[in-house]
Amino acid sequence: MDFFYQTFIAKFNYWIYVILMMIGLFAMIAKNNLIKKLVGMCIFQTAIILFYVSIGVKQDARIPILTKDEVPHGGHYTTEHHDGHKDHKADQERPYIDAKTITNPIPHVLMLTAIVVGVSTLGVALAIAQKVHLHYGSLEEDEILAKIPLGNDG
Amino acid sequence: MIWSFDIIILIFLVITAVIALTVKDLLASSMVLGIYSFLICILWAEMGAVDVAFTEAAVGAGVSTVIMIATVFQTARKSKD
Repeated sequence: MDFFYQTFIAKFNYWIYVILMMIGLFAMIAKNNLIKKLVGMCIFQTAIILFYVSIGVKQDARIPILTKDEVPHGGHYTTEHHDGHKDHKADQERPYIDAKTITNPIPHVLMLTAIVVGVSTLGVALAIAQKVHLHYGSLEEDEILAKIPLGNDG
Repeated sequence: MIWSFDIIILIFLVITAVIALTVKDLLASSMVLGIYSFLICILWAEMGAVDVAFTEAAVGAGVSTVIMIATVFQTARKSKD
């Protein structure tokens, strides 16, 4: 039971990540309709983002936002007087924040960029699909390939 | 992170991904992809990535569903596979 927990339940995000990524790759390769290929591309992208966000998760951790009590007055961590000597009392009052209680925000910030890039990629691909439909009158890959004329050197 | 909630959402994710790729109506496919995006948005809010969650809800589920539906209405709605 412990083996089952360690292998499947604790790492379930990674199993689903592999499954979703392969579903997306299969759709991009094997589907005949161009819109279906783009749906597969969406699923592929979100699977990669799922992997990266799963890296930053810690058990019993909260979201990476400090509460009001944890932020020192004025938002500064070191208090210094005008004559240059440091206030040790304010230094000791600096709140202690354990990094284990906060999820790692660095993969999240990286993946924000990936989401925006994914949507813009999808928008350009859909525009090209509309142009293809205007030119060939179909979105099915085999019909488009049958209508493409072969050149002398092709 | 609540692991039972996590597992339920992940199973529904795989189900909606398979449905979005197997339905022959492209409008229905776009709608099921919107459901997929909102499910993964819930998953990220639950995993502690709230910034990624609301970006996905606004951009991933909102904008990409709208542009995909616009393309389906501009082109063909039926798919062969």
